Amino acid sequence: MNKGATLAGLPAVLTGIAFMTVSATQAGTVAPDSVPIEDMELSQSLTGVAGDPAEGRAAFADRKKGNCLACHANADIKEELFHGEVGPVLDGVADRWDQAQLRAIVVNSKDVFGEQTIMPGFYTLKVGINVDEAHAGQTILTAQEVEDVVAYLMTLKDN
Amino acid sequence: MASRTKSIATLFSAVMVCATGALAGGPVDEKLVIDGEMEIDTRIPAPEGHPFDEVISGWHYRTDETRDLEADSFQNPGMLYVERGEEIWNTVDGAAGKSCASCHGDGDEFLKGLGANYPKWNADAGKPFNIELQINQCREANMEAEPYKFDAADQKALTTFIKHKSIGMPMEIDLTEGDMQAWWNKGKELYYTRTGQLNLACATCHEGYNGNYIRADHLSQGNVNGFPTYRLKQSAMVSLHNRFRGCIRDTRAAFPPAFSDDLMALEVYVTWRGSGLDIETPAVRQ
Ligand code: HEC
Ligand code: HEC
Repeated sequence: MNKGATLAGLPAVLTGIAFMTVSATQAGTVAPDSVPIEDMELSQSLTGVAGDPAEGRAAFADRKKGNCLACHANADIKEELFHGEVGPVLDGVADRWDQAQLRAIVVNSKDVFGEQTIMPGFYTLKVGINVDEAHAGQTILTAQEVEDVVAYLMTLKDN
Repeated sequence: MASRTKSIATLFSAVMVCATGALAGGPVDEKLVIDGEMEIDTRIPAPEGHPFDEVISGWHYRTDETRDLEADSFQNPGMLYVERGEEIWNTVDGAAGKSCASCHGDGDEFLKGLGANYPKWNADAGKPFNIELQINQCREANMEAEPYKFDAADQKALTTFIKHKSIGMPMEIDLTEGDMQAWWNKGKELYYTRTGQLNLACATCHEGYNGNYIRADHLSQGNVNGFPTYRLKQSAMVSLHNRFRGCIRDTRAAFPPAFSDDLMALEVYVTWRGSGLDIETPAVRQ
């Protein structure tokens, strides 16, 4: 299943690169929504560049980027006040989900939790109506930021 | 005035510090009694066809300090705007040489309960009117004065005064008049429509997650019975359409103009969702 998703996505990536218009997209980077999440997994890296957990930790906390603390408590970032309680506590999250699943959740949570989830999709253009000018046509996180956040989530282990 | 403002600023920083412990949600189980004498209905059984079993005022989701400010009309900073509104009510403005009082008297009798039944169908305009639109119509047609610009200080003060005259009276709107039902339908559709890059509807936050903290904000049911409300964060009165626009902006969406058909429809629908809650104006919020 994983493999299928990867193979189906690859040709689109290869042919599409030169013509991509989405501003966040760079050469070698998968465009938003061009690789399907199947069976709640996305095993292919969006950039081919390994994620940096330290960068991911910063993007996770940054209110203008992931702002993940708005909804998730995370004991690893206790220097930040006010962790929200809308989503599950993320301590030990890498024991519950593997890397391909975590990437799918961050890229487009709707494909994993269903259309009704409150969690935004961070690398998708399937969003709400009337997006404001500053964010129109853009994803919340860049492809590399998604890889960084996923790398960071992979460090959240209890076991 | 200056010392009052300062003590509120200090209070607010104290609130922030208290909230740094583990967050735990849910409405508080307390009663709102203003000045120890007027009990406000802040929790009531929901009307038929309502998504909730119980309709709960935003007061229950605020900190002890913020709730106390609202319960004491001497401390409530919003009361200054009620006083200012009363002044405006009695002040002549415009070419016709009239004040609100010239037509409606001192307001005590005329305004009692009036603000609790808005928005109201306005047959001439062919749409629902809220208090702000009604004020502007009176200014133009009867006073020959300029309509207020959205969120002008005097518009907020006068609206606060008028709504305050219904404090402790249940909010009820009449959906049988004119096309009110159609506006309710449109408002409902908007309430469940996801907007912006964050892809959230009103219902996603206020129906799905009220009682939970979203970062430092304790999500309420998003009821309108306290508007205009005094917001500590802004040290100012906040109108309802300003609040709506803020919530829409927070989804990273472009927001509609104040008093546009979209926001009026939303006001009709959200007011209905709070049916039966007592008017609290001026409520105090964080
Ligand atoms: C507006 C709220 C919100 C934001 C912001 C948010 N999430 Fe979530 N998240 C949720 C909810 C709610 C769930 C649980 C699934 C559901 O109920 O839809 C969830 C589930 C998850 C899960 C699975 C957790 C588990 O233990 O099963 C992960 C991992 C996750 N989120 C990561 C993130 C990351 C990383 C970010 C930021 C880049 C983020 N979330 C931002 C609301 C949010
Ligand atoms: C991202 C989550 C979110 C969304 C989406 C959202 N709101 Fe809010 N809203 C809040 C927060 C946080 C507050 C402040 C805390 C509270 O009172 O709930 C608030 C407050 C309010 C209040 C003031 C309640 C009071 O007691 O003073 C109203 C009214 C309101 N929202 C209506 C709406 C409407 C209508 C929409 C849709 C157009 C909407 N909200 C969308 C988060 C949201």
